[in-house]
Amino acid sequence: MSPARTVAIALRQFYLLRGSPARVLPLFAWVTIDILLWGFITRYLSTVTVPGGSFVPALLGAVLLWDFLVRVMHGVTTAFLEDVWSRNFLNIFATPLSLPEYIGGLVLTGAATSAFGLLAMLILATAVFGLHFFAYGLLLIPFLLLLFLFGIALGIVGSGIVLRLGPAAEWFIWPLPALLSPFACVFYPLSTLPRWMQYVSRAIPPSYVFEAMRGIAIGRPAGDAATFGMLLAGSALALLYIVLAGWFFSRVYRHAVRTGLIPRYSAESVS
Amino acid sequence: MTPAPLVLAVTDLRKQYGDTVAVGGVSFSVGPNEIVGLLGPNGAGKTTTINMILGVLAPDAGSVFIDGIDLAAHRSRALERTNFAAVYSPLPGNLTVTQNLHFFGRIYGVKRLATRVEQLLEQFDLQRFRDTKCGVLSSGEQTRVSLAKAVINLPQLLLLDEPTASLDPATARDIRSSIRDFTARGSGGVLWTSHNMYEVEEVCDRVLFLSRGRILLEGDPRRLPAQHGKASLEELFIAVAREPLALETAG
Repeated sequence: MSPARTVAIALRQFYLLRGSPARVLPLFAWVTIDILLWGFITRYLSTVTVPGGSFVPALLGAVLLWDFLVRVMHGVTTAFLEDVWSRNFLNIFATPLSLPEYIGGLVLTGAATSAFGLLAMLILATAVFGLHFFAYGLLLIPFLLLLFLFGIALGIVGSGIVLRLGPAAEWFIWPLPALLSPFACVFYPLSTLPRWMQYVSRAIPPSYVFEAMRGIAIGRPAGDAATFGMLLAGSALALLYIVLAGWFFSRVYRHAVRTGLIPRYSAESVS
Repeated sequence: MTPAPLVLAVTDLRKQYGDTVAVGGVSFSVGPNEIVGLLGPNGAGKTTTINMILGVLAPDAGSVFIDGIDLAAHRSRALERTNFAAVYSPLPGNLTVTQNLHFFGRIYGVKRLATRVEQLLEQFDLQRFRDTKCGVLSSGEQTRVSLAKAVINLPQLLLLDEPTASLDPATARDIRSSIRDFTARGSGGVLWTSHNMYEVEEVCDRVLFLSRGRILLEGDPRRLPAQHGKASLEELFIAVAREPLALETAG
Protein backbone atom coordinates (compact mmCIF):
# COMPACT_ATOMS: atom_id res chain seq x y z
CA MET A 1 0.00 0.00 0.00
CA SER A 2 1.36 3.41 -1.00
CA PRO A 3 0.62 6.28 1.44
CA ALA A 4 1.51 8.73 -1.35
CA ARG A 5 -1.43 7.51 -3.44
CA THR A 6 -3.77 7.76 -0.45
CA VAL A 7 -2.59 11.31 0.20
CA ALA A 8 -3.10 12.13 -3.50
CA ILE A 9 -6.84 11.42 -3.18
CA ALA A 10 -7.06 13.83 -0.22
CA LEU A 11 -4.90 16.36 -2.07
CA ARG A 12 -7.33 16.29 -4.99
CA GLN A 13 -10.12 17.24 -2.57
CA PHE A 14 -7.97 20.06 -1.22
CA TYR A 15 -7.51 21.38 -4.78
CA LEU A 16 -11.26 21.28 -5.28
CA LEU A 17 -12.03 22.99 -1.96
CA ARG A 18 -9.43 25.68 -2.54
CA GLY A 19 -11.02 26.76 -5.77
CA SER A 20 -14.68 26.41 -4.84
CA PRO A 21 -16.57 28.35 -2.15
CA ALA A 22 -19.59 26.19 -3.02
CA ARG A 23 -17.68 23.21 -1.61
CA VAL A 24 -16.26 25.04 1.42
CA LEU A 25 -19.51 26.59 2.65
CA PRO A 26 -21.37 23.31 3.34
CA LEU A 27 -18.53 22.21 5.63
CA PHE A 28 -19.67 24.91 8.09
CA ALA A 29 -23.10 26.14 7.04
CA TRP A 30 -25.44 23.27 8.00
CA VAL A 31 -23.72 22.46 11.27
CA THR A 32 -23.79 26.14 12.21
CA ILE A 33 -27.53 26.32 11.53
CA ASP A 34 -28.09 23.14 13.56
CA ILE A 35 -26.13 24.43 16.54
CA LEU A 36 -27.94 27.78 16.43
CA LEU A 37 -31.35 26.13 16.17
CA TRP A 38 -30.75 23.61 18.95
CA GLY A 39 -28.86 26.15 21.03
CA PHE A 40 -31.93 28.40 21.15
CA ILE A 41 -34.27 25.46 21.75
CA THR A 42 -32.04 24.38 24.64
CA ARG A 43 -31.95 27.91 26.03
CA TYR A 44 -35.74 28.13 25.87
CA LEU A 45 -36.24 24.72 27.51
CA SER A 46 -33.91 25.76 30.32
CA THR A 47 -36.21 28.70 31.14
CA VAL A 48 -39.45 26.67 31.26
CA THR A 49 -38.20 23.66 33.22
CA VAL A 50 -36.67 23.14 36.63
CA PRO A 51 -33.46 25.10 37.28
CA GLY A 52 -30.24 23.16 37.12
CA GLY A 53 -31.47 20.91 34.27
CA SER A 54 -28.97 19.27 31.93
CA PHE A 55 -30.34 20.40 28.58
CA VAL A 56 -27.19 22.05 27.35
CA PRO A 57 -24.89 19.04 27.63
CA ALA A 58 -27.63 16.50 26.91
CA LEU A 59 -29.30 18.13 23.90
CA LEU A 60 -26.76 20.50 22.43
CA GLY A 61 -23.93 18.04 23.06
CA ALA A 62 -25.96 15.33 21.35
CA VAL A 63 -26.66 17.54 18.32
CA LEU A 64 -22.99 18.37 18.03
CA LEU A 65 -21.88 14.74 18.21
CA TRP A 66 -24.57 13.60 15.75
CA ASP A 67 -23.67 16.35 13.29
CA PHE A 68 -20.04 15.27 13.56
CA LEU A 69 -20.99 11.73 12.52
CA VAL A 70 -23.02 13.10 9.58
CA ARG A 71 -20.13 15.35 8.49
CA VAL A 72 -17.73 12.37 8.54
CA MET A 73 -20.10 10.33 6.39
CA HIS A 74 -20.66 13.23 3.98
CA GLY A 75 -16.91 13.87 3.82
CA VAL A 76 -16.28 10.31 2.62
CA THR A 77 -19.19 10.18 0.16
CA THR A 78 -18.52 13.65 -1.24
CA ALA A 79 -14.91 12.70 -2.01
CA PHE A 80 -16.21 9.60 -3.79
CA LEU A 81 -18.94 11.54 -5.60
CA GLU A 82 -16.34 13.93 -7.01
CA ASP A 83 -15.24 11.00 -9.19
CA VAL A 84 -18.86 10.34 -10.15
CA TRP A 85 -19.60 13.98 -10.97
CA SER A 86 -16.43 14.39 -13.04
CA ARG A 87 -16.86 10.97 -14.72
CA ASN A 88 -13.40 10.07 -13.56
CA PHE A 89 -13.80 6.35 -12.78
CA LEU A 90 -11.96 5.10 -15.85
CA ASN A 91 -9.05 7.50 -15.29
CA ILE A 92 -8.74 6.67 -11.63
CA PHE A 93 -9.32 2.90 -11.61
CA ALA A 94 -7.00 2.31 -14.58
CA THR A 95 -4.08 3.52 -12.46
CA PRO A 96 -1.91 1.55 -9.98
CA LEU A 97 -4.18 2.83 -7.19
CA SER A 98 -5.45 -0.11 -5.13
CA LEU A 99 -8.86 -0.26 -3.51
CA PRO A 100 -7.49 0.11 0.08
CA GLU A 101 -5.47 3.14 -1.08
CA TYR A 102 -8.56 4.67 -2.68
CA ILE A 103 -10.78 4.06 0.36
CA GLY A 104 -7.95 5.28 2.60
CA GLY A 105 -7.94 8.52 0.59
CA LEU A 106 -11.70 8.91 1.03
CA VAL A 107 -11.33 8.34 4.78
CA LEU A 108 -8.49 10.86 5.04
CA THR A 109 -10.63 13.39 3.19
CA GLY A 110 -13.62 12.67 5.46
CA ALA A 111 -11.43 13.12 8.55
CA ALA A 112 -10.04 16.45 7.36
CA THR A 113 -13.33 17.99 6.23
CA SER A 114 -15.27 16.81 9.32
CA ALA A 115 -12.56 18.29 11.57
CA PHE A 116 -13.40 21.74 10.15
CA GLY A 117 -17.10 21.22 10.88
CA LEU A 118 -16.36 19.97 14.39
CA LEU A 119 -14.20 22.97 15.14
CA ALA A 120 -16.91 25.38 13.94
CA MET A 121 -19.52 23.60 16.08
CA LEU A 122 -17.30 23.55 19.18
CA ILE A 123 -16.53 27.24 18.92
CA LEU A 124 -20.18 28.21 18.40
CA ALA A 125 -21.65 25.88 21.04
CA THR A 126 -19.08 26.91 23.63
CA ALA A 127 -18.93 30.64 22.94
CA VAL A 128 -22.63 31.33 22.35
CA PHE A 129 -24.47 28.66 24.34
CA GLY A 130 -22.04 27.83 27.11
CA LEU A 131 -21.57 24.16 26.28
CA HIS A 132 -18.67 22.86 28.37
CA PHE A 133 -17.38 19.90 26.48
CA PHE A 134 -14.78 19.18 29.08
CA ALA A 135 -17.67 18.07 31.29
CA TYR A 136 -17.37 14.74 29.45
CA GLY A 137 -13.70 14.57 30.44
CA LEU A 138 -11.42 12.31 28.44
CA LEU A 139 -14.45 10.32 27.34
CA LEU A 140 -14.99 12.93 24.65
CA ILE A 141 -12.14 11.29 22.71
CA PRO A 142 -13.69 7.79 22.52
CA PHE A 143 -17.11 9.36 21.85
CA LEU A 144 -15.73 11.19 18.82
CA LEU A 145 -13.61 8.26 17.70
CA LEU A 146 -16.49 5.84 17.82
CA LEU A 147 -18.79 8.17 15.88
CA PHE A 148 -15.96 8.84 13.44
CA LEU A 149 -15.56 5.11 12.75
CA PHE A 150 -19.28 4.62 12.24
CA GLY A 151 -19.45 7.71 10.00
CA ILE A 152 -16.63 6.22 7.91
CA ALA A 153 -18.49 2.91 7.65
CA LEU A 154 -21.68 4.69 6.57
CA GLY A 155 -19.72 6.74 4.03
CA ILE A 156 -18.13 3.65 2.50
CA VAL A 157 -21.49 1.86 2.31
CA GLY A 158 -23.07 4.95 0.71
CA SER A 159 -20.26 5.09 -1.86
CA GLY A 160 -20.75 1.38 -2.58
CA ILE A 161 -24.48 1.92 -3.15
CA VAL A 162 -23.78 4.68 -5.68
CA LEU A 163 -21.11 2.59 -7.41
CA ARG A 164 -23.54 -0.31 -7.67
CA LEU A 165 -26.71 1.53 -8.67
CA GLY A 166 -25.38 4.48 -10.65
CA PRO A 167 -25.09 8.25 -10.19
CA ALA A 168 -28.82 8.78 -9.52
CA ALA A 169 -28.53 6.64 -6.38
CA GLU A 170 -26.79 9.62 -4.78
CA TRP A 171 -30.26 10.58 -3.51
CA PHE A 172 -30.50 7.34 -1.56
CA ILE A 173 -27.42 8.02 0.49
CA TRP A 174 -27.83 11.59 1.73
CA PRO A 175 -30.78 10.61 3.98
CA LEU A 176 -29.00 7.55 5.42
CA PRO A 177 -28.11 9.27 8.74
CA ALA A 178 -31.68 10.60 9.08
CA LEU A 179 -32.95 7.07 8.56
CA LEU A 180 -30.76 5.84 11.41
CA SER A 181 -31.32 8.77 13.76
CA PRO A 182 -34.49 7.43 15.46
CA PHE A 183 -32.52 4.30 16.39
CA ALA A 184 -29.40 6.20 17.43
CA CYS A 185 -31.19 7.59 20.52
CA VAL A 186 -29.66 11.00 19.97
CA PHE A 187 -32.25 12.90 22.04
CA TYR A 188 -33.91 10.25 24.23
CA PRO A 189 -32.88 7.20 26.23
CA LEU A 190 -32.96 3.79 24.60
CA SER A 191 -35.67 2.70 27.08
CA THR A 192 -38.08 5.18 25.42
CA LEU A 193 -38.20 3.07 22.28
CA PRO A 194 -40.49 0.08 21.67
CA ARG A 195 -38.75 -3.23 22.13
CA TRP A 196 -38.17 -3.98 18.41
CA MET A 197 -36.54 -0.59 17.93
CA GLN A 198 -34.31 -1.22 20.95
CA TYR A 199 -32.90 -4.30 19.21
CA VAL A 200 -31.95 -2.18 16.20
CA SER A 201 -30.52 0.52 18.48
CA ARG A 202 -28.31 -1.97 20.27
CA ALA A 203 -26.90 -3.03 16.92
CA ILE A 204 -25.61 0.42 15.99
CA PRO A 205 -22.68 2.12 17.74
CA PRO A 206 -24.05 5.72 18.09
CA SER A 207 -26.75 4.59 20.54
CA TYR A 208 -23.99 3.54 23.00
CA VAL A 209 -22.30 6.92 22.71
CA PHE A 210 -25.51 8.86 23.32
CA GLU A 211 -26.55 6.64 26.22
CA ALA A 212 -23.14 7.11 27.84
CA MET A 213 -23.20 10.84 27.14
CA ARG A 214 -26.65 11.25 28.72
CA GLY A 215 -25.50 9.28 31.74
CA ILE A 216 -22.66 11.74 32.33
CA ALA A 217 -24.99 14.71 31.71
CA ILE A 218 -27.29 13.56 34.52
CA GLY A 219 -24.39 13.12 36.90
CA ARG A 220 -23.14 9.54 36.54
CA PRO A 221 -19.36 9.30 37.09
CA ALA A 222 -17.54 9.44 33.75
CA GLY A 223 -15.37 6.42 34.39
CA ASP A 224 -17.93 3.98 35.84
CA ALA A 225 -18.29 0.40 34.65
CA ALA A 226 -21.59 1.01 32.81
CA THR A 227 -20.11 3.80 30.67
CA PHE A 228 -16.97 1.76 30.04
CA GLY A 229 -19.06 -1.24 29.00
CA MET A 230 -21.14 0.86 26.60
CA LEU A 231 -18.06 2.31 24.96
CA LEU A 232 -16.48 -1.11 24.66
CA ALA A 233 -19.59 -2.56 22.99
CA GLY A 234 -19.93 0.49 20.73
CA SER A 235 -16.27 0.30 19.69
CA ALA A 236 -16.48 -3.41 18.87
CA LEU A 237 -19.57 -2.75 16.75
CA ALA A 238 -17.97 0.25 15.01
CA LEU A 239 -14.93 -1.84 14.06
CA LEU A 240 -17.20 -4.61 12.83
CA TYR A 241 -19.10 -2.13 10.65
CA ILE A 242 -15.86 -0.77 9.20
CA VAL A 243 -14.85 -4.29 8.18
CA LEU A 244 -18.32 -5.02 6.76
CA ALA A 245 -18.38 -1.71 4.87
CA GLY A 246 -14.96 -2.44 3.33
CA TRP A 247 -16.12 -5.91 2.36
CA PHE A 248 -19.33 -4.50 0.81
CA PHE A 249 -17.46 -1.88 -1.23
CA SER A 250 -14.93 -4.45 -2.36
CA ARG A 251 -17.71 -6.79 -3.54
CA VAL A 252 -19.45 -3.97 -5.40
CA TYR A 253 -16.15 -2.97 -7.01
CA ARG A 254 -15.42 -6.55 -8.10
CA HIS A 255 -18.93 -6.76 -9.58
CA ALA A 256 -18.30 -3.49 -11.45
CA VAL A 257 -15.01 -4.81 -12.86
CA ARG A 258 -16.63 -8.10 -13.86
CA THR A 259 -19.61 -6.50 -15.61
CA GLY A 260 -17.75 -3.61 -17.23
CA LEU A 261 -19.60 -1.01 -15.17
CA ILE A 262 -16.54 1.15 -14.49
CA PRO A 263 -15.80 2.20 -18.08
CA ARG A 264 -19.53 2.56 -18.79
CA TYR A 265 -20.48 4.08 -15.45
CA SER A 266 -22.41 7.04 -16.83
CA ALA A 267 -24.77 4.56 -18.49
CA GLU A 268 -26.22 3.90 -14.98
CA SER A 269 -26.43 0.17 -15.57
CA VAL A 270 -27.74 -1.87 -12.68
CA SER A 271 -27.31 -5.21 -14.42
CA MET B 1 22.24 -10.84 -25.08
CA THR B 2 18.73 -11.41 -23.68
CA PRO B 3 16.04 -9.77 -25.82
CA ALA B 4 13.97 -7.04 -24.11
CA PRO B 5 10.66 -8.40 -22.81
CA LEU B 6 7.49 -7.62 -24.69
CA VAL B 7 5.81 -4.52 -23.31
CA LEU B 8 2.45 -6.25 -23.78
CA ALA B 9 1.63 -9.92 -24.18
CA VAL B 10 -2.06 -10.80 -24.46
CA THR B 11 -2.95 -14.48 -24.60
CA ASP B 12 -6.35 -15.94 -25.45
CA LEU B 13 -8.24 -13.01 -23.92
CA ARG B 14 -11.98 -13.54 -23.79
CA LYS B 15 -15.02 -11.59 -22.61
CA GLN B 16 -18.65 -12.50 -23.03
CA TYR B 17 -21.82 -10.62 -21.97
CA GLY B 18 -24.63 -13.15 -21.80
CA ASP B 19 -24.76 -14.73 -25.27
CA THR B 20 -22.77 -11.94 -26.87
CA VAL B 21 -19.08 -12.60 -27.34
CA ALA B 22 -17.38 -9.19 -27.10
CA VAL B 23 -13.84 -10.56 -27.34
CA GLY B 24 -13.43 -14.15 -28.40
CA GLY B 25 -9.96 -15.33 -27.45
CA VAL B 26 -7.51 -12.81 -28.90
CA SER B 27 -3.74 -13.12 -28.62
CA PHE B 28 -1.21 -10.50 -29.64
CA SER B 29 1.81 -8.63 -28.41
CA VAL B 30 3.47 -5.23 -28.54
CA GLY B 31 7.25 -5.05 -28.57
CA PRO B 32 9.59 -2.32 -27.33
CA ASN B 33 9.58 0.81 -29.55
CA GLU B 34 6.69 -0.60 -31.54
CA ILE B 35 3.40 1.12 -32.40
CA VAL B 36 0.65 -1.42 -33.00
CA GLY B 37 -2.69 -0.35 -34.44
CA LEU B 38 -5.81 -2.11 -33.21
CA LEU B 39 -8.36 -1.60 -35.97
CA GLY B 40 -11.90 -2.65 -36.55
CA PRO B 41 -15.45 -1.41 -37.01
CA ASN B 42 -17.55 -0.11 -34.13
CA GLY B 43 -18.40 -2.96 -31.77
CA ALA B 44 -15.47 -5.09 -32.93
CA GLY B 45 -14.12 -5.40 -29.39
CA LYS B 46 -11.27 -2.85 -29.45
CA THR B 47 -12.33 -0.84 -26.41
CA THR B 48 -13.31 -4.00 -24.52
CA THR B 49 -9.79 -5.34 -25.16
CA ILE B 50 -8.22 -2.07 -23.98
CA ASN B 51 -10.39 -2.03 -20.86
CA MET B 52 -9.21 -5.54 -19.99
CA ILE B 53 -5.57 -4.48 -20.47
CA LEU B 54 -6.22 -1.50 -18.19
CA GLY B 55 -7.62 -3.77 -15.47
CA VAL B 56 -11.04 -2.07 -15.34
CA LEU B 57 -12.78 -5.04 -16.94
CA ALA B 58 -12.16 -8.60 -15.77
CA PRO B 59 -11.66 -11.08 -18.62
CA ASP B 60 -13.55 -14.38 -18.55
CA ALA B 61 -10.37 -16.13 -19.66
CA GLY B 62 -6.86 -15.39 -20.84
CA SER B 63 -3.91 -13.43 -19.53
CA VAL B 64 -2.36 -9.98 -19.85
CA PHE B 65 1.33 -9.42 -19.14
CA ILE B 66 2.58 -5.83 -19.10
CA ASP B 67 6.37 -5.53 -19.30
CA GLY B 68 6.56 -9.15 -18.15
CA ILE B 69 4.23 -8.64 -15.14
CA ASP B 70 0.99 -10.55 -14.82
CA LEU B 71 -1.84 -8.02 -14.54
CA ALA B 72 -4.16 -10.43 -12.72
CA ALA B 73 -1.59 -11.30 -10.04
CA HIS B 74 0.22 -7.94 -9.64
CA ARG B 75 -2.27 -5.30 -10.74
CA SER B 76 -0.58 -2.24 -9.20
CA ARG B 77 2.93 -3.19 -10.38
CA ALA B 78 1.69 -3.88 -13.89
CA LEU B 79 -0.33 -0.66 -14.10
CA GLU B 80 2.60 1.42 -12.83
CA ARG B 81 4.20 0.57 -16.18
CA THR B 82 1.27 1.60 -18.31
CA ASN B 83 -0.94 4.62 -18.96
CA PHE B 84 -3.65 5.59 -21.39
CA ALA B 85 -5.55 8.34 -23.11
CA ALA B 86 -9.00 7.89 -24.60
CA VAL B 87 -11.23 10.36 -26.36
CA TYR B 88 -14.18 9.27 -24.19
CA SER B 89 -12.34 9.71 -20.90
CA PRO B 90 -11.25 13.33 -20.45
CA LEU B 91 -9.52 14.38 -17.25
CA PRO B 92 -11.68 15.95 -14.51
CA GLY B 93 -12.89 19.29 -15.81
CA ASN B 94 -13.05 20.82 -12.32
CA LEU B 95 -9.26 20.65 -11.82
CA THR B 96 -6.73 22.84 -13.59
CA VAL B 97 -4.19 21.39 -16.02
CA THR B 98 -1.41 21.54 -13.41
CA GLN B 99 -3.61 20.09 -10.65
CA ASN B 100 -4.60 17.17 -12.87
CA LEU B 101 -0.99 16.46 -13.79
CA HIS B 102 0.12 16.69 -10.15
CA PHE B 103 -2.74 14.45 -9.00
CA PHE B 104 -2.13 11.70 -11.54
CA GLY B 105 1.64 12.08 -11.20
CA ARG B 106 1.33 11.24 -7.50
CA ILE B 107 -0.96 8.30 -8.23
CA TYR B 108 1.62 6.93 -10.70
CA GLY B 109 4.46 7.57 -8.23
CA VAL B 110 6.40 9.93 -10.52
CA LYS B 111 9.74 11.04 -9.11
CA ARG B 112 10.65 14.78 -9.21
CA LEU B 113 7.06 15.49 -10.13
CA ALA B 114 7.25 19.31 -10.28
CA THR B 115 10.04 19.13 -12.88
CA ARG B 116 8.23 16.45 -14.86
CA VAL B 117 5.01 18.53 -14.93
CA GLU B 118 6.93 21.54 -16.26
CA GLN B 119 8.51 19.36 -18.98
CA LEU B 120 5.09 18.12 -20.05
CA LEU B 121 3.55 21.60 -20.06
CA GLU B 122 6.31 22.64 -22.45
CA GLN B 123 6.25 19.46 -24.56
CA PHE B 124 2.50 19.67 -25.16
CA ASP B 125 2.41 23.46 -25.43
CA LEU B 126 0.22 23.83 -22.36
CA GLN B 127 2.07 26.53 -20.38
CA ARG B 128 -0.55 29.21 -20.95
CA PHE B 129 -3.29 26.84 -19.75
CA ARG B 130 -1.45 25.70 -16.61
CA ASP B 131 -4.01 27.31 -14.26
CA THR B 132 -7.04 26.81 -16.50
CA LYS B 133 -9.66 24.27 -15.50
CA CYS B 134 -9.65 21.41 -17.99
CA GLY B 135 -13.43 21.61 -18.46
CA VAL B 136 -13.19 24.95 -20.27
CA LEU B 137 -10.45 23.88 -22.69
CA SER B 138 -11.22 23.09 -26.33
CA SER B 139 -11.35 19.41 -27.30
CA GLY B 140 -7.90 19.67 -28.90
CA GLU B 141 -6.43 21.23 -25.77
CA GLN B 142 -8.10 18.60 -23.58
CA THR B 143 -6.60 15.87 -25.75
CA ARG B 144 -3.14 17.39 -25.25
CA VAL B 145 -3.67 17.40 -21.48
CA SER B 146 -4.82 13.77 -21.61
CA LEU B 147 -1.72 12.84 -23.59
CA ALA B 148 0.52 14.73 -21.16
CA LYS B 149 -1.06 12.70 -18.34
CA ALA B 150 -0.68 9.52 -20.40
CA VAL B 151 3.09 9.88 -20.66
CA ILE B 152 3.70 11.44 -17.22
CA ASN B 153 5.13 8.18 -15.81
CA LEU B 154 7.10 7.35 -18.99
CA PRO B 155 5.05 4.16 -19.35
CA GLN B 156 6.41 1.05 -20.98
CA LEU B 157 2.98 0.47 -22.49
CA LEU B 158 0.91 3.39 -23.75
CA LEU B 159 -2.70 2.71 -24.70
CA LEU B 160 -4.32 5.25 -26.96
CA ASP B 161 -7.98 4.84 -27.85
CA GLU B 162 -8.74 7.16 -30.78
CA PRO B 163 -6.43 9.87 -29.44
CA THR B 164 -6.82 12.14 -32.46
CA ALA B 165 -10.60 11.87 -32.90
CA SER B 166 -12.17 15.35 -32.99
CA LEU B 167 -8.82 17.05 -33.58
CA ASP B 168 -8.04 19.34 -36.52
CA PRO B 169 -5.44 17.95 -38.97
CA ALA B 170 -2.62 20.19 -37.74
CA THR B 171 -3.13 19.28 -34.08
CA ALA B 172 -3.53 15.60 -35.00
CA ARG B 173 -0.20 15.71 -36.83
CA ASP B 174 1.50 17.23 -33.77
CA ILE B 175 0.02 14.53 -31.57
CA ARG B 176 1.23 11.77 -33.91
CA SER B 177 4.67 13.32 -33.87
CA SER B 178 4.67 13.36 -30.03
CA ILE B 179 3.74 9.69 -29.90
CA ARG B 180 6.44 8.72 -32.38
CA ASP B 181 8.95 10.68 -30.27
CA PHE B 182 7.75 8.76 -27.23
CA THR B 183 8.56 5.38 -28.78
CA ALA B 184 11.81 6.59 -30.33
CA ARG B 185 13.25 7.97 -27.05
CA GLY B 186 12.70 5.13 -24.60
CA SER B 187 11.82 1.46 -24.83
CA GLY B 188 8.04 1.88 -24.58
CA GLY B 189 5.47 0.50 -26.97
CA VAL B 190 2.07 1.80 -28.03
CA LEU B 191 -1.26 0.14 -28.70
CA TRP B 192 -3.28 2.57 -30.80
CA THR B 193 -6.86 2.45 -32.00
CA SER B 194 -8.07 4.77 -34.72
CA HIS B 195 -10.61 4.98 -37.51
CA ASN B 196 -8.32 7.22 -39.53
CA MET B 197 -6.52 4.84 -41.92
CA TYR B 198 -4.21 7.55 -43.23
CA GLU B 199 -3.02 8.08 -39.66
CA VAL B 200 -2.63 4.35 -39.02
CA GLU B 201 -0.56 3.90 -42.17
CA GLU B 202 1.67 6.82 -41.19
CA VAL B 203 2.19 5.89 -37.53
CA CYS B 204 1.80 2.16 -36.96
CA ASP B 205 4.53 -0.44 -37.44
CA ARG B 206 1.97 -3.22 -37.40
CA VAL B 207 -1.83 -3.47 -37.39
CA LEU B 208 -4.33 -5.98 -36.09
CA PHE B 209 -7.77 -6.10 -37.68
CA LEU B 210 -10.41 -7.03 -35.15
CA SER B 211 -13.93 -8.04 -36.11
CA ARG B 212 -16.63 -9.54 -33.91
CA GLY B 213 -14.13 -10.01 -31.12
CA ARG B 214 -11.53 -11.89 -33.16
CA ILE B 215 -8.31 -10.90 -34.89
CA LEU B 216 -8.82 -11.50 -38.62
CA LEU B 217 -5.67 -10.00 -40.08
CA GLU B 218 -2.28 -8.86 -38.88
CA GLY B 219 0.63 -7.23 -40.65
CA ASP B 220 2.39 -4.15 -41.97
CA PRO B 221 -0.24 -1.48 -42.74
CA ARG B 222 1.65 -0.44 -45.87
CA ARG B 223 1.73 -3.94 -47.36
CA LEU B 224 -1.39 -5.58 -45.97
CA PRO B 225 -3.89 -4.07 -48.47
CA ALA B 226 -2.01 -5.43 -51.50
CA GLN B 227 -1.69 -8.85 -49.86
CA HIS B 228 -5.49 -9.00 -49.73
CA GLY B 229 -6.15 -7.50 -53.14
CA LYS B 230 -7.20 -4.09 -51.90
CA ALA B 231 -5.97 -0.70 -53.09
CA SER B 232 -5.74 0.93 -49.68
CA LEU B 233 -5.96 0.30 -45.97
CA GLU B 234 -9.33 2.05 -45.96
CA GLU B 235 -10.69 -0.41 -48.56
CA LEU B 236 -9.37 -3.29 -46.52
CA PHE B 237 -11.02 -1.82 -43.39
CA ILE B 238 -14.37 -1.59 -45.19
CA ALA B 239 -14.01 -5.17 -46.40
CA VAL B 240 -13.31 -6.34 -42.83
CA ALA B 241 -16.31 -4.42 -41.57
CA ARG B 242 -18.70 -5.74 -44.24
CA GLU B 243 -17.46 -9.22 -45.05
CA PRO B 244 -15.36 -10.48 -42.17
CA LEU B 245 -16.13 -14.11 -42.92
CA ALA B 246 -14.84 -13.88 -46.51
CA LEU B 247 -11.59 -12.35 -45.30
CA GLU B 248 -11.24 -14.85 -42.50
CA THR B 249 -11.48 -17.68 -45.02
CA ALA B 250 -9.02 -15.97 -47.35
CA GLY B 251 -6.63 -15.17 -44.49
